Amino acid sequence: MNQQNSQINRRNFLRLTSLTGAGLVMGLGVKADGLSVIENLGTSTASFELSPLVMIDQTGLVTIFNTKPEIGQGTYQSIPALIAEELEVAMDKIVIKQTGGEKKYGPAQFVGGSSSVRTNYTNLRKVGAAAKEMLVKAASSTWNVPVSECYAENATIIHRPTGKKLGYGELAEAASKLEAPKNPTLKDAKDFKILGKSAPRPDIPMKVNGTAKFGIDASVPGMVYASIERCKVFGSKLVSFDATAAKKVKGVIAVETCERIHGIYKSEGVAVIAENYWAAVQGRKALVVKWDHQGNETFNSKDYEQSLREAAKKEGAVEHKQGDFDKAFAEAPTQLTAFYETPVVSHSPIEPMNCLASWQDGNKLEIWTSTQVPGSVMNDFSRIYGVKQEDLKLNVLFNGGGFGRRLYPDYIHEAVQLSKKVGKPVKSVWSREDDTQQGPFRPLTFSAMKGALDANGKAIAFQHKVISPTLDMKKDYDITKADGTMTEGISEQKYEIEHMKNLYVHHYVHIPLAAWRAVTSTTLAFSHECFLDEMAVAAKKDPMAFRLEMLTKDSDTKQILNKLKEVSNWDKKLPAGWGRGVAQYEFFAGQAGFVIEVSKKGTGIKIEKVYAVIDLGTVVNPDNTRAQVEGAAVMALTAAIKGGITFDKGATVQSNFHNNPLVRINEMPKVEVHILANGGSKIKGVGEPGLPPFAPALCNAIFAATGKRIRRLPFDINKIA
Amino acid sequence: MITLNINNTPYQVDASADMPLLWAIRDMVGLTGTKFGCGMAQCGACTVHVDGKPVRSCSFPVAAAVGKKITTIEGMKDKITEAIQNAWVELQVPQCGYCQSGQIMSATALLKAKPNPTDADIDAAMQGNLCRCGTYQRIRSAIHRAAEMIK
Repeated sequence: MNQQNSQINRRNFLRLTSLTGAGLVMGLGVKADGLSVIENLGTSTASFELSPLVMIDQTGLVTIFNTKPEIGQGTYQSIPALIAEELEVAMDKIVIKQTGGEKKYGPAQFVGGSSSVRTNYTNLRKVGAAAKEMLVKAASSTWNVPVSECYAENATIIHRPTGKKLGYGELAEAASKLEAPKNPTLKDAKDFKILGKSAPRPDIPMKVNGTAKFGIDASVPGMVYASIERCKVFGSKLVSFDATAAKKVKGVIAVETCERIHGIYKSEGVAVIAENYWAAVQGRKALVVKWDHQGNETFNSKDYEQSLREAAKKEGAVEHKQGDFDKAFAEAPTQLTAFYETPVVSHSPIEPMNCLASWQDGNKLEIWTSTQVPGSVMNDFSRIYGVKQEDLKLNVLFNGGGFGRRLYPDYIHEAVQLSKKVGKPVKSVWSREDDTQQGPFRPLTFSAMKGALDANGKAIAFQHKVISPTLDMKKDYDITKADGTMTEGISEQKYEIEHMKNLYVHHYVHIPLAAWRAVTSTTLAFSHECFLDEMAVAAKKDPMAFRLEMLTKDSDTKQILNKLKEVSNWDKKLPAGWGRGVAQYEFFAGQAGFVIEVSKKGTGIKIEKVYAVIDLGTVVNPDNTRAQVEGAAVMALTAAIKGGITFDKGATVQSNFHNNPLVRINEMPKVEVHILANGGSKIKGVGEPGLPPFAPALCNAIFAATGKRIRRLPFDINKIA
Repeated sequence: MITLNINNTPYQVDASADMPLLWAIRDMVGLTGTKFGCGMAQCGACTVHVDGKPVRSCSFPVAAAVGKKITTIEGMKDKITEAIQNAWVELQVPQCGYCQSGQIMSATALLKAKPNPTDADIDAAMQGNLCRCGTYQRIRSAIHRAAEMIK
């Protein structure tokens, strides 16, 4: 998700207050209009609210607030670790609390775009470091010794010459009366005890014994369950419904309508509310609903895809231009063109969409759910449903997968409306069929590629034209403009090609769409890096050498490719029938690359080995980084070789995992992950960069092994003709 | 009323005979470690043991579980489970963690039947359990590690 708060880097100043003798509370100042710089304690507290990110009470209990929901990516460890490292407190000695979008924790309470650590690496460390400096100062005053003689270790301050110690709890109150240092000294990376180490994740013990609570596990007394019938034909309107039979099902309490709100896509549903979920599902089956399909019942993938191919003939809007592409291409001795196609895919987190909502007194609302965006839920739901922010409480539980799906609160809207209508706490749970068929989906992108080589086989001209709908689903798109998200990364690659003209052609679709893990880079990297391979083949050059020849200047891309070359033994001859392929992709979230080795197996191919290199600059948790890249490879493999989502008669054809399958354990290739973390000021994302280069590396390997060039995803890995 | 023996405790539930065991466990008994994923035995998130055998509780009617010993993730206290849980933590298997109760229920059944599973045994026993985060490589290693620990 390409959303970042530009104000985040202004979170440089710290603010301290004391909570009625509770101890030390450290955080960042937050104003109603966003984050602000707060310079001293003299400011009236009326003009802002404190953002307590760490609290130390008089018993020494350290509580760290995590503003970044845990969706599997590891923020439950990595975000508190940034504070704990500087505060000199061990991770197993802290209490971690998940924030719920409260204004005082700031507007950046979302997880997307692999942004959590890379946007907080310095400012959260400063929070911990400032608290530590105040505790040191409090101890030095208590002992009447110089600050320079005191240091922090294991949640205590120690007087070096005498070995005297005071625990953080004993110092909390005195520390709370001190001014927060504006520019606390940060630790040198070589002194890190937590950061940069493969530290265990504190959520994992809860996730192996069934005690971890996900949104779907929330429960309150008097709660009832909802299952919602929505029209399978996208863009339909509800005409009428007959709930007579549904209401006769044992356990059914009520039948109500609700509106699903997904950006500009809105649709009405009919909810059956019952004493238990199974009864709600049975009641739903007994509903008789009439829909007006609004002419959308003829929509199908085949025709839509054909219309995209037609739209590709348009020139499109210029996204990036350098040199004179048209002239260079026209005059080049070798010209290549190719057309690449990718499918619509589903997010399919294993935890289906769900939400428990409960209204009290008609004007107070409490929500329990799995969401990636607590900050915007707080803001938007407060506004839309007319609830004061202080009367809206959002409980963010562990997300049973996010992948971009839970950036969208459509499922929260439904539960909130239903709870209001029936006057009871309502837990709405989508079925897997709902999840598979209703979207929102990752949009498809088609790519028209052009490239030219000079007489020496050097790439001199390159064009990537993207043809697609946009994530915001707008019909009245300004066709003179290129959409930055839908052309993500295509002009950011470091290959030095003199003449380039990248283009965008908008082509509308009415289906609900969404960002998907690594967003559009997941499809564009495929066309981009496979086409570069086609150019290498035309130039009669080794694909790795061809890429490196275009990288004369130092860059992370060059480092990644050189590292891949080394770890994969690229120059070593493979057995007969094997092939290897390489790809990398740089985009807003970060950068990674793969070398994949495959072998021919009957009519298909087998993935023998996967080498990954992810470039981070600075790594917070190496083991978790490897886990994320291993997982990204699996998700990318599913998107490359499984069916994808298709439409017929206006509706989604697939319905559950039997016809919208995911890669299973027996199909998991061996993935070996290498991390480039050479320090410096840069810090890149972890969760997403492992996806985009996987499919092109695989398809380039398949070409090397079989001579078959794959230009359309998904493909059947067991039938490479 | 139907009586279910879950984790050695009898529970009286007001469930229709065709209600899948999953919903009785989650909504009526209140044990939420067993997860809903697909409702048609495709993903394995709902795996529990019935008389020691792994079953997909989303597609197993309550009526068929009467008089049988049902074990959920919360009731798994034996040595094999402990080794598996320790291996899962040691190798940091879970990411989002939602499927992991089911993965562990399938893995314990595997190690009970085959204390030294081969990769092929793991493929056969575990391919009914989906993981969207893609933790399969670590699941495989953790099963081998647990087998080692039990020795």
